[in-house]
Amino acid sequence: MTSLAYTLTDSRTMLRRQLKHLLRYPSMTVLLVGMPVVFLLLFVFVFGGQLGAGLHDAYGAGRSSRDAYLNYVVPGILLMTVGVAANGTAILVAMDMTGGIVARFRTMSIARASVLAGHVLGSVIQALVGVVVVTVIALAIGFRPTGSPLDWLAAFATLALFANALAWLSTALGLAAGSVETASNTPMFLTLLPFLSSGFVTIASLPVGLRQFARYQPFTPVADTVRGLLFGATPSASTVIGAIAWSLGITLACYLWARRLYDRRPMT
Amino acid sequence: MQAGAAIAASGLGKSFDEKVVLDGIDLTVPAGTVFALLGPNGAGKTTMVNIFVTLLAPDAGQVQIAGHDLVSDPEGVRSAIGVTGQFSAVDTLLTGEENLRLIADLRHLGRVQGRRRVGGLLERFELTDAADKPVSTYSGGMKRRLDLAMTLLGDPQLIFLDEPTTGLDPRSRRDMWDLIGELVSAGVTIFLTTQYLEEADRLADRIAVLDHGRLVAEGTPDELKRRVPGGHIGLHFVDPETTQSAAHVLGVEPRNAGSAMLELAGDGSPASLRALLDRLGDAGIDPDRLSIHDADLDDVFLALTGHHAADPEPQT
Repeated sequence: MTSLAYTLTDSRTMLRRQLKHLLRYPSMTVLLVGMPVVFLLLFVFVFGGQLGAGLHDAYGAGRSSRDAYLNYVVPGILLMTVGVAANGTAILVAMDMTGGIVARFRTMSIARASVLAGHVLGSVIQALVGVVVVTVIALAIGFRPTGSPLDWLAAFATLALFANALAWLSTALGLAAGSVETASNTPMFLTLLPFLSSGFVTIASLPVGLRQFARYQPFTPVADTVRGLLFGATPSASTVIGAIAWSLGITLACYLWARRLYDRRPMT
Repeated sequence: MQAGAAIAASGLGKSFDEKVVLDGIDLTVPAGTVFALLGPNGAGKTTMVNIFVTLLAPDAGQVQIAGHDLVSDPEGVRSAIGVTGQFSAVDTLLTGEENLRLIADLRHLGRVQGRRRVGGLLERFELTDAADKPVSTYSGGMKRRLDLAMTLLGDPQLIFLDEPTTGLDPRSRRDMWDLIGELVSAGVTIFLTTQYLEEADRLADRIAVLDHGRLVAEGTPDELKRRVPGGHIGLHFVDPETTQSAAHVLGVEPRNAGSAMLELAGDGSPASLRALLDRLGDAGIDPDRLSIHDADLDDVFLALTGHHAADPEPQT
């Protein structure tokens, strides 16, 4: 076998380990999926009537402002789902690093990246499970996107790519944290950033300084791409490129960062 | 560098910040032998093991493990070794069998062979009944046995056991010793660290004594014992009162109040024993029983380092 084949085999073994953890102790997953569901219901049924005023034309002609807002906000909630899942990953990574089993892995001749890859792939799967659950609930309460099945698939792929980027970021944060408490705090911004993007309200409605920030932060092009695809309005090339570039850029930078942290992290 | 050495280290040094933890260690472990590194808490034993198993980088010196250079070929080292530490290197969220299967997969054993080896190890380590239970429910002894079983899955030529019986009850400790004994007869090289003198004496071909980051002695258990003159004689009496009277006659103190035993320095020569018994007889005291002790490793430790093995190192 080549070293790439070993890396893939070992990563698959580590992913299996991770999935067993997630299935056997589902409370974390329930929490991570439950939180965006609560936010979805909160935003639609509490704030939706007000926030949806003025969105009728673009997101549901002839519907109530609440239903229009539902159509608008779902991509934002999906981004939040991905962000919250990443937050949980940092905690799982930090917990794992304090256990003896990872020390054993380090003394074995196995692909170095596979321990991290197992966490990242587990995190992506967890995020996508959340995306599916949130989408199903959204459909049940009246979410009516107009995109074709191919558009749906492209939207799902965009979210998966972004989930992968955030999973590498949170894995690196979990490695850098040094303690489980720190690891549960540092990725908090991932839960917050969707609010400061085009995910929940249009950028045009934001005050000037915040508008500039929202326009250039990674969650906005991803939200715009997903929303554009789901509503059959092909997103602009710059938006799609922005979403893909951010995802790949974060993935690469955080992969290298995480590898360096894992390789040099001293045993205590 | 000696041919056929499982471990060959020269000038090995390691510091954390300003504190020197290992100071110029020279050490050779021949293949197929059991080497015990003996020292109190904080002597640097775990640091040395962590360097040998590639978890820590040395600051100075040359180290070859199973013929692979530690710094330039860590992967070669990792493919030759197995490690069982004092803190269980097991996945507590998985079952015992899942832990072994995980390692079998990472060793690329293949489905059929992996299954067979896992089943065999579960049986040999008396874990078959607990195979489907999560490791978080295991006792300390069971965790340690699982840990060792996971180490053996890779068929390592060289096994590092870092305080393998620390924290175990006496029965689990004896089980562990038996298992280690079996490994030795199978020809595996073992590098063992321990703070228990009995353990080193019982298992090791050679012992090195580590104190404050330096090797203060090295040799076979007998060689080390020979470096300490004499042993002691134990006098056992029927009750504490008789012990007190005897202590008064002989001018010694019982080791603790209420004890029915006295310890006296002496090598157990017939002349010295006769003199001792005569003194007691003149005072009308008959010992119940008498025992003669050769110097044990605790005596060695005291003579070499100035403190008992079990004592924490003095503050410097």
